[in-house]
Amino acid sequence: MDISIDDIDRIINQEAFGEGSLIAALEAIQMRYNYLPSEAIILASDRFGVPLSQIYSVATFYNAFSLKPKGKHCLQVCMGTACHVRGSPQVLDRIESKLGIQPGDTSSDHLFTLETVNCLGACALGPIVVTDGEYSGQMSIQKADQLLKTILRAEVKA
Amino acid sequence: MNRLQTLEEFDQWQLARQQEYNPDRPVITVCGGTGCRVYGSEKVWEAFRSELTRQGADGDLYYDVKVTGCHGFCERGPLVVIRPQGIFYSHVKVEDVPEIVSETILGSRTIERLLYVDPVSGEKIIHEHDVPFYTHQKRLILEKNGNLDPAEISEYIAGGGYSALAAVLRSWTPEQVISAVKSSGLRGRGGAGFSTGVKWSLCAANVLKTGDGYIVCNADEGDPGAYMDRSVMEGNPHSVIEGMLIGAYAMGVHQGFVYIRAEYPLAVKNLRLAIQQAEELGLLGEDILHSGFDFKLSVRLGAGAFVCGEETALIASIEGRIGEPRPRPPYPAESGLWGKPTNINNVKTWAAVPIIIRHGAEWYARIGTEKSKGTLIFSVVGKINNTGLVEVPMGITLRELIFDIGGGIPRGKAFKAAQIGGPSGGCLPAEHLNVKMDYESLTSLGAIVGSGGLVVADEDTCMVDFARYFMTFTQQESCGKCVPCRIGTKAMLETLTRICNGEGQPDDLEYLEELGSHIRASSLCALGQTSPNPVLSTLRYFREEYEAHIYEKRCPARVCKPLITYRIDVERCTGCMVCLRNCSGGAIQGEKGQPHSIDPEHCTRCGVCRNLCKFDAVLVA
Repeated sequence: MDISIDDIDRIINQEAFGEGSLIAALEAIQMRYNYLPSEAIILASDRFGVPLSQIYSVATFYNAFSLKPKGKHCLQVCMGTACHVRGSPQVLDRIESKLGIQPGDTSSDHLFTLETVNCLGACALGPIVVTDGEYSGQMSIQKADQLLKTILRAEVKA
Repeated sequence: MNRLQTLEEFDQWQLARQQEYNPDRPVITVCGGTGCRVYGSEKVWEAFRSELTRQGADGDLYYDVKVTGCHGFCERGPLVVIRPQGIFYSHVKVEDVPEIVSETILGSRTIERLLYVDPVSGEKIIHEHDVPFYTHQKRLILEKNGNLDPAEISEYIAGGGYSALAAVLRSWTPEQVISAVKSSGLRGRGGAGFSTGVKWSLCAANVLKTGDGYIVCNADEGDPGAYMDRSVMEGNPHSVIEGMLIGAYAMGVHQGFVYIRAEYPLAVKNLRLAIQQAEELGLLGEDILHSGFDFKLSVRLGAGAFVCGEETALIASIEGRIGEPRPRPPYPAESGLWGKPTNINNVKTWAAVPIIIRHGAEWYARIGTEKSKGTLIFSVVGKINNTGLVEVPMGITLRELIFDIGGGIPRGKAFKAAQIGGPSGGCLPAEHLNVKMDYESLTSLGAIVGSGGLVVADEDTCMVDFARYFMTFTQQESCGKCVPCRIGTKAMLETLTRICNGEGQPDDLEYLEELGSHIRASSLCALGQTSPNPVLSTLRYFREEYEAHIYEKRCPARVCKPLITYRIDVERCTGCMVCLRNCSGGAIQGEKGQPHSIDPEHCTRCGVCRNLCKFDAVLVA
């Protein structure tokens, strides 16, 4: 995705209402690009009058921000307690081994980013995997295989 | 919507809405909570819309279809209730909708297969109010969740909403409000259990001195396994806004924030819409209902840090900094957001306030036990039949909660423990099933009410692994500011991991206890101080499981991978090749029709073979 300084500036201006809206602005940029481009952090430092080091500390403290571009498909495995006791570690293991990446990483072909989340609050359906915002409940190792197959098949066609 | 100018206009408008929303009118409610949406409730809702038109039931009968907030019985979703009769259908699929319309709506006949079957008596239950999951509850905060459209402020108002605010603005002094909240006995529902009225009076006194302050709703529900705050925000956001308005009036504050998790997109959306509607109607903003009272409410999204549920970290985050806690005192009531007096309460605490004002403090104080008043909401999850949100009066026993409401443990397994209060809480074993669910009783046994997360573990749950799970969580979420939490949780986690891997040493248990007590005593904030609880409570009640891992190199629940082996029972194996084809490690050998075998060298202990085997031929030891 192309990074547009004007676009980032517009996001910052929209979000920069009142005091302490730095995090809100970063959230909006993250939402737009799926990560925080370095251009955005430099511009935010200038617009908010906050040292670059402080923005860097915020960007690396919160789980919602990423400094690296994410893959085309984002897989989030819920590691909440209910999902844990119902077997989410096995599901995560399986996805890790199939994709060959660890949580937080993006596959070398930039197709997948694997993440873990701490409870999505849909505990009755655990274990849960979210694929690009779409929830799949009652996951098992077999269903995880199926999920990955479906995505890959769609990619091959495309 | 026109802005309501005065209290009289509000009364008239409310009366008009009450006449419009006859509670006996026919309406189909479809649960639109996050859980039911995952099951596909949105499609069910759309199907009802089109099917009613197609079969002509929308004309003569004026059936309305409504998406509501979470009903709480997430296990059985998507849930559909046909009102006013209260006919309760669960696990409703799009394909069921035409039949529901033709049979139940037009034909007044119930559809047997969609009814809930009581697992204890085996009886089919027709009406929502007869389902045991609901009959044992006392729903105050969640009362309206099942029949209110959260996107319509008029429905909330027709049901008596904002009357508590109107009453307060009309004739209560701020002191009277605080005194009512004090005498109701309401205590902070975020977990700490501090008296809400006392907290308000401290903040109010400081606001009086400095002339300004803030209130905050803490909706940064980060406890894995707890989701009641989200459900209240999704299903009844105006109850929180009304509570905050009353609190702001009582404390003399004119600006408030809701700090909510970004991981809850539906709750954020419903809350933002609710704020916008309240502003349009003149219930938020300047000179509310011509009372001279101003209040502005803004939403701030959390960016995924568990520690931000701690009030000083939350303040730092709203101010745009990293969410690191700071030492208290000064407490936020003295110096909070931007150095001003600030009062922070949990979602449920705010939502309880209008109920207290409407029904009276004495009425509220009659619910619960001597020191713990009112109701508590638990999210009952894990190895339990009826996963869901339950609201019960304080003082109900753990047994009632798990067996009467929760329906017991699935597949006839034995109850092992209830983990209450999340990563800050503790595990209670079967011998304490009769404990009363209130602040004091739970604390005395090493658990806490906390956020209300209640995770049930059965015989297949390894308590050492369970403790390690929580320690992994707190270790990851430790902000790293203070040494006991940053390094102490790491050291505890390393020890627990060694034990799970079969490398535990005899003195590990004493080491965990000693380290735990130091972390508890010396951490900066509650995240660190309470982080050893899951370990210490399992050591207290399940010590023999730790000892089996250390001395016998054995995991009694057969969970810890380095301590278990998979093998195939040659007597039972039919050689169907299903496990062989699905084995991720390529560890299974054998010919078709001949018993297979597992090569332990290549076995990853993933358990796929065991899940797939139809002949129970895969054994774990």
